[in-house]
Amino acid sequence: MSNGVLFAYFVTALCFILALKGLSSPKYARYGNLVGAFGAALAVVVTLTLHGLGHRIPIIVAIVIGTLIAVPAARLVKMTAIPQMVAMFNGVGGAAAALVSLDEYVKQHSVDSGGVAAAVVFSAIVGSVSFTGSLVTFAKLQGIMTGRPVVLPGARVFTPVLALASVGLGIAGIATSSVVLVVVCAITALALGVFFVLPVGGADVPVVISLLNAFTGLTVAASGYVLNNTLLIVAGTLVGASGTLLTQLMARAMGRPLTGILFGAFTGPTTAGSTAELATDRAVRSANAEDIAILLAYARKVAIVPGYGLAVAQAQHTVRELADLLEARGVQVFYAIHPVAGRMPGHMNVLLAEANVPYEQLKEMDAANPEFSSTDVAVVVGANDVVNPAARDLPGSPIYGMPILNVDEAANVVFLKRSLRPGFAGIDNALLYHPKTTLLFGDAKESLSKLVAAVKNL
Amino acid sequence: MNNIELLTVFMLAVFVGFEVISKVSTILHTPLMSGANAIHGVILVGAILITGVADTAAQLWLGLAAVVLATANMVGGFVVTDRMLEMFKGRRTSNTPSPDAIPAGKDGRR
Repeated sequence: MSNGVLFAYFVTALCFILALKGLSSPKYARYGNLVGAFGAALAVVVTLTLHGLGHRIPIIVAIVIGTLIAVPAARLVKMTAIPQMVAMFNGVGGAAAALVSLDEYVKQHSVDSGGVAAAVVFSAIVGSVSFTGSLVTFAKLQGIMTGRPVVLPGARVFTPVLALASVGLGIAGIATSSVVLVVVCAITALALGVFFVLPVGGADVPVVISLLNAFTGLTVAASGYVLNNTLLIVAGTLVGASGTLLTQLMARAMGRPLTGILFGAFTGPTTAGSTAELATDRAVRSANAEDIAILLAYARKVAIVPGYGLAVAQAQHTVRELADLLEARGVQVFYAIHPVAGRMPGHMNVLLAEANVPYEQLKEMDAANPEFSSTDVAVVVGANDVVNPAARDLPGSPIYGMPILNVDEAANVVFLKRSLRPGFAGIDNALLYHPKTTLLFGDAKESLSKLVAAVKNL
Repeated sequence: MNNIELLTVFMLAVFVGFEVISKVSTILHTPLMSGANAIHGVILVGAILITGVADTAAQLWLGLAAVVLATANMVGGFVVTDRMLEMFKGRRTSNTPSPDAIPAGKDGRR
């Protein structure tokens, strides 16, 4: 490769570092992303103009096809479905990296360097795990399959066996320079990815997406080693390292150790507080919109706790209308945002920003929690797990240890819920049956519209 | 490049990767993850290089499949990240009460 190409790759690597730097500060985040996109485009264009590159037309056609699939998908996806979209893009990236290594192996057939052989097996396995693992997270978040931890009988033994088998097959494949064995190794790893993610509980899925993201980064780095390409090594390693750190930060934001997220379903009792255990015929107090409107309009301080249900119902704008009405009546209103409200850390902030909710009304969890004891009414809109006192008080609950918003400290709690169905983690919430809790059943947006109308009529 | 040089590059990249995002606020976790996701889409470069030297039909098709997937990863990743960050820009301008917030409040008064 000429020095010009290598210099372009160097510029791209620099762009990626600046992109990550920019993305971690609110002020420069958008520029950071654009700098990264510029760097990536530069590397691709320079690579396409390389002297002696064959099959140029089919490659360009393939790039156009990929773009035509990805751009509409990325532009049209609802803001609420973004986490699973990221998972999907990550998965196909992992698959691409594994294919690149496999293709190089097919071409060279026998690999003389031990390091390169190890890198081929590494990227075949980790890339495959990242691919199918991401597909399972997509299915969980999209509601195609249950969000609850799935522990298949024998999985405790089967999963490690599968992992060892794919490593063994990979080594055997390299040793006998057999293409078939390495392909079988990759297929085994595809199954491993499914078994790896199945036991992860729904609320923890975002952390796993981040982990698989780091995996794909490392796969790309390994492919870069196979191809002797510094840009791939640098970019892949950057993502691998920052992704690992980000995974830990996310796990910490949720107050859950990473091992507990990945393997908790195997060790801990997951039945405590499950729906089966709690009698569903316990009395709940429900009220109509007018009663709740009175409660809200004559309160001094109201907390709004938005959750995924609000996002699904696209009720960001209606909730702001209600908040504005209450403010106009002299009620102090603030939004209490749990770090993982929505589906991912920061997801709810994105959704509320879309509805132009004033920044100073948003309170992060640490700022919001001391406020609840002086709050008259806490309105929980389509959230459940993030306000479930079981996370604080019930050791053995699958969400025990997750930091929550202490809405149970408010004088009154109002839940806007579609039904008594448990939240994403699949566990019941004792707060729903508490005497100071009132429920307003219905779609979040309809209920909020009714409340807006009722407050206006007061 | 020999192995030691590649190892050096690898180690330096590990430290840069850790260092560069060590101070990130919770609200940016999702966009940052998505941006990092787009960056590893640069595997597209590898996919192009490997496809460009394909000798057999099998190698060519494997490579082209990798090109399509890697393009989806890279392009989709950057576009979706930009969409998320668009929202943040909207929020900063709303530090002053947004024009449509005021009439909504007035309507609510008895």
